[in-house]
Amino acid sequence: MQDINTNEYLAPGHRACSGCGATIAVRLALKALGKNTVAVSATGCLEVVTSPYPESAWEIPWMHVAFENASAVASGVEEALKAQGKEDTNVVVFGGDGGTTDIGLQSLSGAMERQQNIIYICYDNEAYMNTGIQRSSSTPFGASTTTSPAGKKSFGEDKPKKNMAMIMAAHGIPYVATACVAYPQDLMMKVEKASKIKGPAYIHVLQPCATGWGYDPSKTIELGKLAVKSYSWILYEIDHGNLNITEKPTKIPVEDYLKVQKRFRHLDDTHIEMIQEFVDQQSRELGLIEDE
Amino acid sequence: MVSVGAAVSEPGSTRKNKTGSWRTFKPIQDSEKCIECGLCYLYCPEGCISTDYQPDYDYCKGCGICANECPVKAITMER
Repeated sequence: MQDINTNEYLAPGHRACSGCGATIAVRLALKALGKNTVAVSATGCLEVVTSPYPESAWEIPWMHVAFENASAVASGVEEALKAQGKEDTNVVVFGGDGGTTDIGLQSLSGAMERQQNIIYICYDNEAYMNTGIQRSSSTPFGASTTTSPAGKKSFGEDKPKKNMAMIMAAHGIPYVATACVAYPQDLMMKVEKASKIKGPAYIHVLQPCATGWGYDPSKTIELGKLAVKSYSWILYEIDHGNLNITEKPTKIPVEDYLKVQKRFRHLDDTHIEMIQEFVDQQSRELGLIEDE
Repeated sequence: MVSVGAAVSEPGSTRKNKTGSWRTFKPIQDSEKCIECGLCYLYCPEGCISTDYQPDYDYCKGCGICANECPVKAITMER
């Protein structure tokens, strides 16, 4: 606790659901970034819950823009600060998985390609939760959402989750990392690293969502730990091209992670096996488990 | 010129909205058992647990993450 910034930059009283993972992610990220920060948010849960007009939960300058242009606006903010000689100010974008992997992808790709000195943090709850749990390209295989429901005529999400962190790594930017709210020190270390690096940084944070995933709000952190322990979500960083796995827990079966969530309740053994194979393959690609 | 957008000039003004009224279960912290690890403080989605590990009931929504994650079970949820 000694080395943790005890200032709060996201005020309580915001309208996030009880047990919300997104606000945990943002609180921790802002602690790592400190007061000298300007934040931009794409449309999404975070924007809605932190800015019920005429109130704002933000204690730092913050701007909400559309789903598709958060990175473009952040680029402008960064250039404007540079013109004023304020190059040490952090410019951070908070986008949900919809605002990042679907709608905001082109502006994000552009900002990364231009090597804009911004930090992009995606809080990933694996669907459009704010509008009523519609699937996004970040929804994992098998998950039931309102637009990929499980039932007689539809299986649930039948496509794999987009590997957003690797898409960002393919841009050749200095820093890419994955994180999870259940590992706060790891998350804050990565955000701090990103703020010190000159050039763009991308951090993809998995944050369990009680409302969309279907579990008791008290289990948000527990779910995050299960995701990491089952290797469904692997914590790594790619620092100037060097891959480093930051968390290597003892592996548990993916079923332990799936069976506690309502969105995966319809899956049978063959589906779970398919997901397990997919998870194993990803872990092998990252060198987390040895080839059999 | 038509103004599109809105500005809020008061930072942290959601504090006016006391979300404690959402709560059904209330976390009770036992200082005797607490080992001051700081996990409840870090994991709180509201940021309403103080640095001496006491919840602010004005804002606590009663999600129970603190009680669930406490490694020494120093926090219990009571109705």
